[in-house]
Amino acid sequence: MSPEIVARPHVQNFIDWARDKPEVVVLSADLTNSSEVGRWRDTYPDRFFSMGMAEQNMLSFAAGLAREGYTPYIHTFAVFIYRRAYDQLAMSVAYPNLRVRMIGFLPGITTPGGVSHQAIEDVALMRATPNMTVLETGDATEVESVLDVAQAVNGPVYVRMLRGAVPRLFPRSQPMELDRVRVLSEGSDVVLITAGIETEEGMRAVRSLDRAGVRVRHLHVSTHKPFDDPEILASIAAARHGVVTAENHTVVGGLGSAIAEKIAEAGLGRRLIRVGLQDTYAHGASRQYLAREHGLDALGIVRAVERLVGEPTGIGPDDLAEVALEPLVAVERADSL
Amino acid sequence: MNNANDRPNWQVRAQAVAGGVRRRVFEHVLRNGEGYLSQACSAAEILAMLYTRTLRLAPLAEPLRPGPFLGVPGPNNPAYVTGAVYHGPPGPDLDRFIFSPAQYALALYATLIEVGRLAPDGLDDFNRDGGTVEMIGAEHSPGIETTTGSLAQALSQAAGIALARKRRRDTGRVWVMMSDGEFEEGQTWEALAAAVFHGIDNLRVIVDANGQQCDGRIATVAHLEPLPERIRSFGVTCDEVDGHDLDALDEAMHQETGRPHVVIARTDPVRGIPILAEKAPLLHTLRFASPEERDRFQAAYSAMTAEAISR
Repeated sequence: MSPEIVARPHVQNFIDWARDKPEVVVLSADLTNSSEVGRWRDTYPDRFFSMGMAEQNMLSFAAGLAREGYTPYIHTFAVFIYRRAYDQLAMSVAYPNLRVRMIGFLPGITTPGGVSHQAIEDVALMRATPNMTVLETGDATEVESVLDVAQAVNGPVYVRMLRGAVPRLFPRSQPMELDRVRVLSEGSDVVLITAGIETEEGMRAVRSLDRAGVRVRHLHVSTHKPFDDPEILASIAAARHGVVTAENHTVVGGLGSAIAEKIAEAGLGRRLIRVGLQDTYAHGASRQYLAREHGLDALGIVRAVERLVGEPTGIGPDDLAEVALEPLVAVERADSL
Repeated sequence: MNNANDRPNWQVRAQAVAGGVRRRVFEHVLRNGEGYLSQACSAAEILAMLYTRTLRLAPLAEPLRPGPFLGVPGPNNPAYVTGAVYHGPPGPDLDRFIFSPAQYALALYATLIEVGRLAPDGLDDFNRDGGTVEMIGAEHSPGIETTTGSLAQALSQAAGIALARKRRRDTGRVWVMMSDGEFEEGQTWEALAAAVFHGIDNLRVIVDANGQQCDGRIATVAHLEPLPERIRSFGVTCDEVDGHDLDALDEAMHQETGRPHVVIARTDPVRGIPILAEKAPLLHTLRFASPEERDRFQAAYSAMTAEAISR
């Protein structure tokens, strides 16, 4: 059974969520329906501000609203938030630690729009920005629950958001929590750490690897910053062969780099293989095509695990196609009992 | 004061503040060996008008002494306060002042001293390690409410503040002071378009159009003019006045047009300190080429202060 596919989970969820929050306003830069806030605009026209194709002004303008007690939720494509308007993001929003929420759509290869539309280094930049909280959604449950997480933060928040048909990998009863990883499978051969759309690929890979006799402890990350969940280091320390990370992002500065920093600072001396865009831009093509091309699909993760373990598993594309996924209840954590 | 008998009281005060700003900045630059002097020459009347005539700000019980730098803003720094405290407690009927060209900070601090909002020795902390009276001010510096040293962000910030205040039905306005060079940044035009589109009619802008920027005269660096026509074509009302003429500034700054309103104040970057013209075309910061040059500027300063006293 494949996971439930939820159609545009953000649309109605954000409307319901914002109903009793008059301080929440939305700013959009001509990508309103593309950022799934068209119905939000029609529901709350008094709280929706069309800013036109002018992202620099939009970021600083949002800062002004935030200074006066509003909580602006900027909705546009991720690239246009952090590339187009980084100085404004850093100086108008982040330095003063203002409550602006930047909801960035189309992270990484989730858009066929090509290099101009693909946010591939946003986690690196946002991680490097003081005061910033960086979140990434990996399924429909996280799309729905990221709003509560963001709203509770006393400062600016950047969100890698999913849109359209989004799988539900985690039960609705297990919402996203700030700086808490999800443990998706147990195993002491390898620890696999994934974020965003790579988690679904990772889950497929882990099922196949398990059949091939490789036991993987799989962690799902939805908070890139802060990044202090002790589960991360504990899992890495317990992994016999080392760590594989998988991110829908360049391997420079994102999840893989964050894990490398953790390993080095703790003196763990574990090997690390980073699945992701290998310091390259992508191009305009389907997500499936690009995932295969750059080794971001389940097979690419399997191959990374094989390199780490040092021997082939015999898993091929056909094996992965047969892997069924169902909504996954996170493995109980000792520290959550 | 005899020569001012026929003038209303506010003009006498504004002119006195403007003269004080030039003298204080000139003195500081001489003591410091370098600094932003031409900005005081061009903007002295603008800043004096804002703080003595135009802005509706709460009075302070006494001038504030600049405190030490208490760290950058962040979730774990509750001690953080902005330079807005020098403007007194905010209120729905009071104005807000957003200062855009942070390179004018020295002139702003001098103005705050002249109008009794910053302690007279406040400039002793200027550009001093561990202090808040920074050379290019940020939002912890006296009179600075937002961080704007990367130019042209203040107008957008102010538009957001003004929109929020409009929704609250505040009657106070949001004033922004800008420099003309900031109209080279695309964000300025984005902000004007947004202010018109959202009907942000409580937004006011005063521009020190001194025709200067870091590389020299603006006309030799970029194509900017005709600024008033360009601004009006965006749907913003715009008056163009002599930025050293208090009556003209007063009339232009009191316009209620039902739209965002911009006043282009044409100014002279060496006004009141003509010896500074020797440094043209590079007037952005003054650095003395030799001890002899410094001595001649010192003599000019002495003559200027003697004249001010004899009045």
